[in-house]
Amino acid sequence: MPEVLRGLGVSPGRTAGPVHAMGTPPVLPAVEPEVTSAGEERERAAAALAFVSATLDELAGKVTGPAAEVLATQAMMAADPTLADAVSAKVGEGSPAAWAITGAIADQQEAFVALGGYFAERAADLADLRDRAVAWLLDEPMPGLPRPGVPYVLAADDLSPADTALLDASVLAIVTRRGGPTSHTAILARARGLPAVVGCADILDVADGTTLSVDGGTGAVAPVSAAEAEAIREEALAAKAAAEALTGPGSTSDGHAVPLLLNVGGAADLTGDAEGVGLFRTEFLFLGRTAAPSVVEQESAYRDLFEAAGARKVVLRTLDAGADKPLPFLGLAEEENPALGVRGLRIARGQPSVLAEQLEAVSRAATATGADVWVMAPMVATAAEAAEFAALVYKAGLQTAGAMIEVPAAALKARAILSSVDFVSIGTNDLSQYTLAADRMNGELADLLDPWQPAVLELVATVASAGKELGKPVGICGEAASDPLLACVFAGMGISSLSMSAPSVPAVRAALAAASLADCERLAQLALAAPDATSARKAVAGTL
Amino acid sequence: MPTKDVVVGSRIGLHGRPAAIVVKTAQAQPVTVRISTGEKAPVDARSIIAVLALGAHGGDTVTIEASGDGAEAALEAMAEVLAKDLDA
Repeated sequence: MPEVLRGLGVSPGRTAGPVHAMGTPPVLPAVEPEVTSAGEERERAAAALAFVSATLDELAGKVTGPAAEVLATQAMMAADPTLADAVSAKVGEGSPAAWAITGAIADQQEAFVALGGYFAERAADLADLRDRAVAWLLDEPMPGLPRPGVPYVLAADDLSPADTALLDASVLAIVTRRGGPTSHTAILARARGLPAVVGCADILDVADGTTLSVDGGTGAVAPVSAAEAEAIREEALAAKAAAEALTGPGSTSDGHAVPLLLNVGGAADLTGDAEGVGLFRTEFLFLGRTAAPSVVEQESAYRDLFEAAGARKVVLRTLDAGADKPLPFLGLAEEENPALGVRGLRIARGQPSVLAEQLEAVSRAATATGADVWVMAPMVATAAEAAEFAALVYKAGLQTAGAMIEVPAAALKARAILSSVDFVSIGTNDLSQYTLAADRMNGELADLLDPWQPAVLELVATVASAGKELGKPVGICGEAASDPLLACVFAGMGISSLSMSAPSVPAVRAALAAASLADCERLAQLALAAPDATSARKAVAGTL
Repeated sequence: MPTKDVVVGSRIGLHGRPAAIVVKTAQAQPVTVRISTGEKAPVDARSIIAVLALGAHGGDTVTIEASGDGAEAALEAMAEVLAKDLDA
C-alpha cells in the first residue's frame, strides 16, 4: 500500500511504528454439526471454558489496577458453575459445544442487560469470554489485542471497553475502521494522550508489520521506512516533553487568560495543577440504582469533590439521563428516539423531585465546604427552560446557574438564554449530533460528527458572541475542547474557558501559549470561512 | 436450615471487587452457601454470574442459608465479608 490512508483524526499527536491488527471474533459456521456424543461435547465445552479461565487469570496477573480486576472477574465467570450447568443443559438439547456456549451466554447476557447500569456492562465481558471459548473450539486465532512484543500501532474494526482496559504502554497509536469523534475509542485515546484516527476505511487491509505513521490531528495514516518512523517518534517525544514542561494557567502568548478546566466524574479525576472543574458529571451516583440516592448520600459525594477543589471553581452538571442512559427508578418509558426524547432537564417536567433533591444536596455541600460551585442543566432547548432552571438553582440557595448548549435551538437563541442565566457551557458532542442530525453512536457518520463542521463552528461562534455582548462566560466542555487547534479557534471566537480530560491539558496549554489573541482571532476567521471540515482543519493547521 | 440476614456493607453493592471476594469466600466453605435478596430465589454463592445477577446494592439486606456440617461457621464467615465495605 504505497498511498496515504485517510480517516478522522480524533486524538492529536504524531507517531509511527509497525501496525498490528486486533484479532477478530470467530463466527460460528452456518451449518450446525450433528452431535454424536453429548458426553464428548460436554467435555470439549468444559475444556474450552477452563482454557479461557486460565488465560484470563494469566492476563490478570500481568496488569494492575481496575484492568486486573475486570480480568480476574471475567476468569471467574468462565469457571462459573452456573454457566457450566447452562452449557451442559444446551448440549443435552442437542447443541455442539461452541453453539451451547454461545446460547448459554446469550441467555445470561439478557439477564445482565435487564439489570441495567454496571450489570449491563458485564454483558460485554461475557461476549469476550464466549469469543475466546468459541475460537478455541473452532481452532481459530484468539480474538483480542495482538501483543507483538514491540511498540506498535493498533488497528481494529472498533474497540470494546474490555479491549481498551487492556491497552498497555506498547500501543503507540490507535487506528480503527469504524467509530466517530465521540466513540469510546476516541474518548479513551484522548484520555491516555494516544494519537488516534477513526473511520479509516482501509486500515484492516494493511498487512501486519507494515510500518505506518499516524497523525491523530489530520487523520493521515501513511507507510514510512523504519528510519523515518524512528525520527517521527523522537520528534513526538520532544514535542510532548516541551508541552509538559509548560505549567500554570491557560493563556495566549500575550496573556489573554483561557482557563483550562477538567471534565471529571469524581474527586479522583481532579489533578493538583488543574485550574478547576468545567464539567462534573453526577450520573455515577444514580447508575444501577432502583431508588434515587438520598440527599444525605448525594451531599457526601459532592463534598468529596468540593473539598478536593478547594478555592477552584467547580461546574456541576445536574443528572443527565434519558432512555439511552436509563435509570430504573425514573421509570422512563422506552422511546422510539431516545436522543430526542425525555432526557436531561426534561426529566424534571414529570419528576421535579429528582432535580429538587439534587440541587438541595449540592447546595448543602457547597455551604459546608464554601466551594465556588456553578450548576448547569443538560439538554436546555429554550430560554424559558433556562430561566425556570435558574430559578430552582437560586431557590436552593446556590449563586450561579447556567445551561448547557447542546441543542441547536439553544445555540441560536444563546442571547435570550444568557439573559436568564449566569453562564453557559457548550457540549460539542451532542451539539454536533443534533446539528448534523447524525447519531453519535453511528460510526458510518463519523465525518458528519466532526466538530470542525462549519455549521457547528458557526453555532459556537454565535454563542461566543452572545457571551461577549452580555459579558457572561461561555465555556466548552465537549471533546472538541481537547483539540489544540480548535482550542485556539475557540479562544479566538471569545470562548472564556475550555474543559477536557486531564491528559489533554498539556497539548492545549502549549498550543494557546504559542499564539497571541490576535492570531487566535485570525484562526477563528479562517475556520469559519472554510467550506467544509477538512479545509477548515487544513487552513488552521497550515497557519500555526 | 440455618439462615442469616446481612446488610450489604459495600457501598457500590455486590459487583466488582466485593462480588469477587464474596464468591471466593463461598468457594472456600465446606458446604454450599446460597444467597438471596428480597423476592429473588436463592442462588449458589459460589457462582459469580448468579451473585452479580442478584443486583444487590449497598445497604440492601441479603439472606444467606446453608445446611450440613459446618453450616453455622460458613454463615459466620460469609456474613463477615458481606457486611464489610470491600471496596474501601
